[in-house]
Amino acid sequence: MSRIGVFVCHCGENISATVDCEKVARISGELKGVEFSADYKYMCSDPGQTMLKDAIREHKLDGVVVAACSPRMHEPTFRNACAEAGLNPYLCEMSNIREHCSWVHPKSDLTTDKAESLVRVMVEKVKKNKALNSIKVPVTRTALVIGGGVAGIQAALDIANCGHKVVMVEKLPSIGGHMSQLSETFPTLDCSQCILTPRMVEVAQHPNITLYTYAEVESVDGFIGNFKVKVRKKSKSLDEHLCTGCGLCTTKCPQKKIPNEFERGLGFRPAIYVPFPQAVPNKPVIDRENCTYYIKGKCKVCEIVCPTKAIRFDQEDEIVEVDCGAIVLATGFDVLKPDFFPEYGYGKYKDVIDGLQFERLASASGPTQGMIRRPSDGEIPKKIVFVACAGSRDPAKGIEYCSKICCMYTAKHAMLYKHKVHDGTPYVFYMDIRAGGKNYEEFVRRAIVEDETHYVRGRVSTIYEKNGKLIVKGVDTLMGAQPVEIEADMVVLATAGVANKGSEELAQTVHVSYDAHKFFAEAHPKLKPVETNTAGIFLAGACQAPKDIPESVAAASGAAVKVAALFSNDLLTREPLIAVVNRQAPPVYSSCVGCFLCQSVCPYQAIEREEIKNRNGEVIRTLAKVNEGLCQGCGTCVALCRTKAIDIYGYSNQQVYSEIMALLND
Amino acid sequence: MKIGFYPGCSMKGGAREYQESVSALARVFDIELVEIPDWNCCGATAAHNLNKELSLSLPARIMALAEREGLTDIVVPCAACYNRLSLVQHELGADATLKSKVCSIIDLKYEGTTQILNIIQFIDKYITDKLEEKVVKPFNYNAACYYGCLLVRPHAILNFDRVEDPQSMDVLVTKAGGNAIDWAFKTECCGAGMSVSRTDTVARLSGEIMKDANDRKADFIIVACPMCHSNLDMRRPEINKYLGENITMPVLYISQVLGLAVGLDAKTLGLNRHMTEVIFPEKPVKAAADIPQKVVTTQKMEA
Ligand SMILES: Cc1cc2nc3c(=O)[nH]c(=O)nc-3n(C[C@H](O)[C@H](O)[C@H](O)COP(=O)(O)OP(=O)(O)OC[C@H]3O[C@@H](n4cnc5c(N)ncnc54)[C@H](O)[C@@H]3O)c2cc1C
Ligand code: SF4
Repeated sequence: MSRIGVFVCHCGENISATVDCEKVARISGELKGVEFSADYKYMCSDPGQTMLKDAIREHKLDGVVVAACSPRMHEPTFRNACAEAGLNPYLCEMSNIREHCSWVHPKSDLTTDKAESLVRVMVEKVKKNKALNSIKVPVTRTALVIGGGVAGIQAALDIANCGHKVVMVEKLPSIGGHMSQLSETFPTLDCSQCILTPRMVEVAQHPNITLYTYAEVESVDGFIGNFKVKVRKKSKSLDEHLCTGCGLCTTKCPQKKIPNEFERGLGFRPAIYVPFPQAVPNKPVIDRENCTYYIKGKCKVCEIVCPTKAIRFDQEDEIVEVDCGAIVLATGFDVLKPDFFPEYGYGKYKDVIDGLQFERLASASGPTQGMIRRPSDGEIPKKIVFVACAGSRDPAKGIEYCSKICCMYTAKHAMLYKHKVHDGTPYVFYMDIRAGGKNYEEFVRRAIVEDETHYVRGRVSTIYEKNGKLIVKGVDTLMGAQPVEIEADMVVLATAGVANKGSEELAQTVHVSYDAHKFFAEAHPKLKPVETNTAGIFLAGACQAPKDIPESVAAASGAAVKVAALFSNDLLTREPLIAVVNRQAPPVYSSCVGCFLCQSVCPYQAIEREEIKNRNGEVIRTLAKVNEGLCQGCGTCVALCRTKAIDIYGYSNQQVYSEIMALLND
Repeated sequence: MKIGFYPGCSMKGGAREYQESVSALARVFDIELVEIPDWNCCGATAAHNLNKELSLSLPARIMALAEREGLTDIVVPCAACYNRLSLVQHELGADATLKSKVCSIIDLKYEGTTQILNIIQFIDKYITDKLEEKVVKPFNYNAACYYGCLLVRPHAILNFDRVEDPQSMDVLVTKAGGNAIDWAFKTECCGAGMSVSRTDTVARLSGEIMKDANDRKADFIIVACPMCHSNLDMRRPEINKYLGENITMPVLYISQVLGLAVGLDAKTLGLNRHMTEVIFPEKPVKAAADIPQKVVTTQKMEA
């Protein structure tokens, strides 16, 4: 005979507004096997948990049902409370009368009836629950960091400095991300390269960090503490050990007119190239799509000139397997291509550029050595119009959210321009100025007051070229919606920040969720901002949402702490809700007949073979056995087993049937 | 092939040449345009500024009559009529109560099943495929295609062409052998119905349009709306006065351009009815080198 306790939560008014909680508790108290029942305003609060613990001790309860919110929210809370009161935590279940009942139905007797049924079902289940012990698994103290922008770099260095191994995988030939393209950075105007490149070098030289550039993650298996990751190292057509990075090959390559991605198309590069002079690693790769040898079968100039004979035309991609205990996603963001705004003429007029292109123009190491010269004819523009919110906050054509960084970098651009072209006139068309952040508002004021930037509140409707000028037509909403027309020499579009290309595929490969805009989703927007819904996988930087450098770095350090905390354990505790193949006394041993169908369907390779031997050591039966470390409790094998030899702890066939019967026997 | 035809008021009055050219073009391609019997005014700008129910009922009645005739497609060459019919169809489609109310007002069955086609959609659906093989006299001129507002807006409902930089007429002109130039005023307002009340405003707005086309060495402006046509064509004296210039560039309907290309004569196409005399420039045309050649794409905006 069971002695079950039922605790009905009001969840403030979330449940009690539509469900008569008192009645649910009273009726449940009359169920067979229920020893105690009560209702309370907030079961998860300290008094609520104390009530639960006291009741367990006082009434010698051997099972608990908490009727409240989703188990995803508070199952661990109540199971811990049970454990503290001496009850095995797996004898506690939650009945979800909030998401499954009070939130989706109006206040009525029927709603209360449904809540009663949900509780009854759980009571029947708990009667069949068994005490279980959690499983301990070892932790591989290596972290995989995917993406080598400032966020990835910060996370990798923080983790490595805690004494743990880090493997960093970067898609491009160099780490550095967008920050390496920036000229100077708000709100302090310190040089981006000067603060970033030393950290890039630190990554390359850190004894705890292994760096794979020009590489991508192919697959991720396993689970928290024990991931198995396959990384594809794309062929660089180069023996990196022999290459000294002298750069001779890059000067001799006959392909010279390939648009330079790092310079955002404002310059050219050869087919064998180092993305930028401060690249890490500072060794070239051959871009096979544009290499004469790979296109025509002839050339090999680089091979001929290479003093150390490091070029390898026949080199193939390499797959490396990485065992790691945690993964940090730091794959960053991208900017919306401005050609979705045909009326702004991007792509049609050379002097309509985007913000990243302006960064390159303003950068001392850029195509103009930091002189602001317009792309069409190299002239110094005397009037520049900056268009903020190009695509942001625009549900009709762009994205509905605010890209957050562009107000600030537009102010910075106007400032940089004015510092370099003293007689120049910068205009900024904006919707609102969003400058929330330490020293941010002050920075924008400086752009307006000291650097005399003309801020025009309104949107730009169209831009067209006339007599060598760009005519920018817009509206000034602070001047009674007066139309304005500016004859500019150059226009810079602050294009919306969007999720990186391929983020959706990566999310699927790594098994994390993503939002409607394909940014990776955090586990909780407030309380778990760097965690994902997949245990052991964390987020850093702008892969989660547009972020500036301070925010990206803060998130990266946050993710690093989570990884370090995980690695501070020798063993990880895992839920014992896994599959088990039954065992019986000889001569039956098990109802498993050894067909191993389960082995072929298990997605986690968790089914092993166990040989049963007689006294003489001869094998008399071969039975399936579940590896506790690998099994994820998905239940695929249970559905397939012909002899019903497999069950899932916590969700046995018996338990599920008794839940169904509880409903049917109503 | 029988297709419903809604002329609206302009095609019976000021824009007779528009109807003449559309009908002539249809005949070339063996399309029979069936004028919707007993059609009424679409309500134009007046109705929806004054009385909501009236503004819904007038177009609904037109479409209901077409349905009764078993017409599945209606071509509506006037951009304003096209806009009203499409918007009403959308609005009634989204609100069943409103629809039944309107049905009781017009005392006709209205399902909202007819497809409303503007002139370009009509050409695209029934003519474009066969156009190039029928071109006998390529329209070898520089053409500034002017779309105005009502043909492409509101994009969310009409879902036609790229709203800020439409291309569909440019594509047609190119197929007719013309050179659709790149210019900046494709969708700027011409002043529309202000023609009578604030002619000065129309002169200014239409003037800027004319000026840009002229500066970019267009030979013709091509339109698909009687209102745009009358402002750019009939208000030319006011425009020229505003600009202090004497721009003689003719304004043609897209149907006239295609008509000319497939060999129809000027009279059939009603070219004689324009206020600004239609004179074809001598060839070779103006210095081709400094005319911005454009890449014509048919790609639609993914809004
Ligand atoms: C025009 C402009 C100006 C800016 N100016 C400033 C400024 O002045 N101050 C400031 O604080 N912020 C500024 N920012 C914002 C700043 O760029 C970002 O905050 C910062 O780059 C975010 O860093 P991150 O590491 O998260 O992402 P990223 O810099 O985007 O780095 C992501 C890295 O991951 C790699 N990657 C992507 N996908 C994969 C994959 N599948 N596998 C492996 N690697 C992958 C990328 O190649 C890249 O190296 C500016 C942004 C723009 C667009
Ligand atoms: S940060 Fe400023 S410019 Fe960027 S989207 Fe938000 S409001 Fe617009």
